[in-house]
Amino acid sequence: MPERRYFETVGIALGEEMERDESVFILGEDVGLIGGTFRATEGLMAEYGSQRVRDTPIAEAAIVGLAIGAAMAGMRPVAELMTLNFGIVAMDQIVNHASKARYMFGGGVRLPMVIRAPGGGGTQKAAQHSHSIESWFMNTPGIRVVIPSTPYDLKGLLKTAIRSDDPVLFIEHEMLYNTRGEVPDDDYLLPFGVADVKRPGRDVTIVAWSKMVHEALRAAEMLGDEGIEAEVIDPRTLDPLDIDTILMSVARTRRAVIAEEGWRNVGVGAELAARIQEHLFYDLDAPVQRVAAADVPTPYAKNLEKLALPDARDIVEAVLKITL
Amino acid sequence: MALPAADQIKMYRTMVLIRRFEQGVAEAYADGFIGGFTHLYIGQEAVATGAILSLNHDDYAVGTYRVHGHALARGTPARSLMAELYGRTDGVCKGKGGSMHFFDAEHYFLGGYGIVGGHLPIGVGAALACQMRGEDRVVMVFFGDGASNQGVFHEALNMAKLWDLPVVFVCENNLYGIGTDVRISSSFDQIHKKAQGYGMPGHVVNGMDVIAVREACDEVVRYVRHGSGPVLLEARCYRYQGHSMTDAGKYRSVAETELWKKRDPIPRLAKSMLEQGTVDQARLDAIDAEANETVQDAMSFAEQSPPPSPEALWQDVFVENDHA
Repeated sequence: MPERRYFETVGIALGEEMERDESVFILGEDVGLIGGTFRATEGLMAEYGSQRVRDTPIAEAAIVGLAIGAAMAGMRPVAELMTLNFGIVAMDQIVNHASKARYMFGGGVRLPMVIRAPGGGGTQKAAQHSHSIESWFMNTPGIRVVIPSTPYDLKGLLKTAIRSDDPVLFIEHEMLYNTRGEVPDDDYLLPFGVADVKRPGRDVTIVAWSKMVHEALRAAEMLGDEGIEAEVIDPRTLDPLDIDTILMSVARTRRAVIAEEGWRNVGVGAELAARIQEHLFYDLDAPVQRVAAADVPTPYAKNLEKLALPDARDIVEAVLKITL
Repeated sequence: MALPAADQIKMYRTMVLIRRFEQGVAEAYADGFIGGFTHLYIGQEAVATGAILSLNHDDYAVGTYRVHGHALARGTPARSLMAELYGRTDGVCKGKGGSMHFFDAEHYFLGGYGIVGGHLPIGVGAALACQMRGEDRVVMVFFGDGASNQGVFHEALNMAKLWDLPVVFVCENNLYGIGTDVRISSSFDQIHKKAQGYGMPGHVVNGMDVIAVREACDEVVRYVRHGSGPVLLEARCYRYQGHSMTDAGKYRSVAETELWKKRDPIPRLAKSMLEQGTVDQARLDAIDAEANETVQDAMSFAEQSPPPSPEALWQDVFVENDHA
């Protein structure tokens, strides 16, 4: 099986879907001539032309709005936000239009559209360019939230997203773009709402997604040295959420840690912890732990940024707190 | 060349239907059948009528939150619209949208939207889809003077002209953005001239004269359909009522309102048709009676239509896996 980098896999999935369906097209800032700030759309304009790989002005609200309109009129747009941070400019279009249209129009319309957006911190981009705000969209009914951690998952999920008839926010992580993994050349799809057990274990369940999956796996290695076997579960999609896989694991391990890069306050971890206790209160041996970013705007200075963002060591600490 | 008699009569019938419909809505609102925000179109009938009747049946139209008139002019049956306002299952959006969110794919009507200006890029996106597929459809997007101060207005105009998309932007300048006079909210109140900033033709028309609106739109639609790029048309008009049912409109003087009511588009067209001998008074009375009957029928239909079932609460959030 060929090994691919995460960023390459985006382009592969896009290319395969553009090849099989003429209604798929890409629009966004620097996606064409430049091939994407993170090289994700490299080569696609040469292959599919400037109509289907369309460079846009820096106008995120309209980029998303155009995707909505084109989807309503029967196309399958894949809008790229150069970063998820710029998605905040487009919040009205994402939250108030894309997520609402089908329901408020009584099911009279379909929005087969994808919004791709790289997010996350860890590269000293400071307060305005380090967002992990998947919880905002998970809190919004009407939009799917997909957030892959590996090239393999990315390809299968992006292809599913493009073929989906619903709006999908597809969040990539800037620090994962150069990571590698085995990716089959086949045309495979991964279903939404199916979590993946990235590492089996019996003593504690760690739920993590995106870059935090890798931190969780590192943490599991360290814990293994201490004789603690951690199970790492990657939900892969936050909406729909495969809560069953998480609950089944926690029912076995009786301990849970949720590890996310976003802020702790009202984060995804808060929701998962609530759901775990709703279902498994009497099965738990310890309170559910949350590992998350410090509730401060992300600082620039390297040492402060490291303090602000969670990593493997924080996960280990959280696990030790409830296993010793 | 004067518009054919049949066209003039059709415009008269449409305007009268809108007027009677809105009067029925006001009544039903007062009686408690209609809730939420309800924005009446009384006074502006000539704009939706003249503009929309210049379209082909399969051109797209996109409206605002003051959308009853546009949907009626597009051909959506009064029954479905009234049932929607009553929040009933036979509504055009199954009672899920209400006054601001009519959507009717069958009549190529891409919706009413409640965020000022938010729908402008959606219309541009539909036009992008038409252009990419090589269709000769145009998209007509309505908005108000207030929307011209929103950021997405500028983003939408820029992209529409950048790619010469088939969009007719129709600004219904009724002089007030909610309660604020356009002269104290806009640095420059000649909205059609804002088109020049994007290298786009801009025209102004008397929005109280349906013939003038129709003739201007016939020409503009021809130009846009020909592939010459988008056009901005400003129609100067006036709403007789407040911004919504809960607004008494006290920020406007009685003298001003009375002055505009003297320019009412319905008697204006009646007078001109009578003078030209296009119709006699009996014909006009018959049209009026017919409109009254249609609205009465729509109101009893709406009242008899059942409210949505409790199961409908969870339907149409997504196309796939509604309950996930």
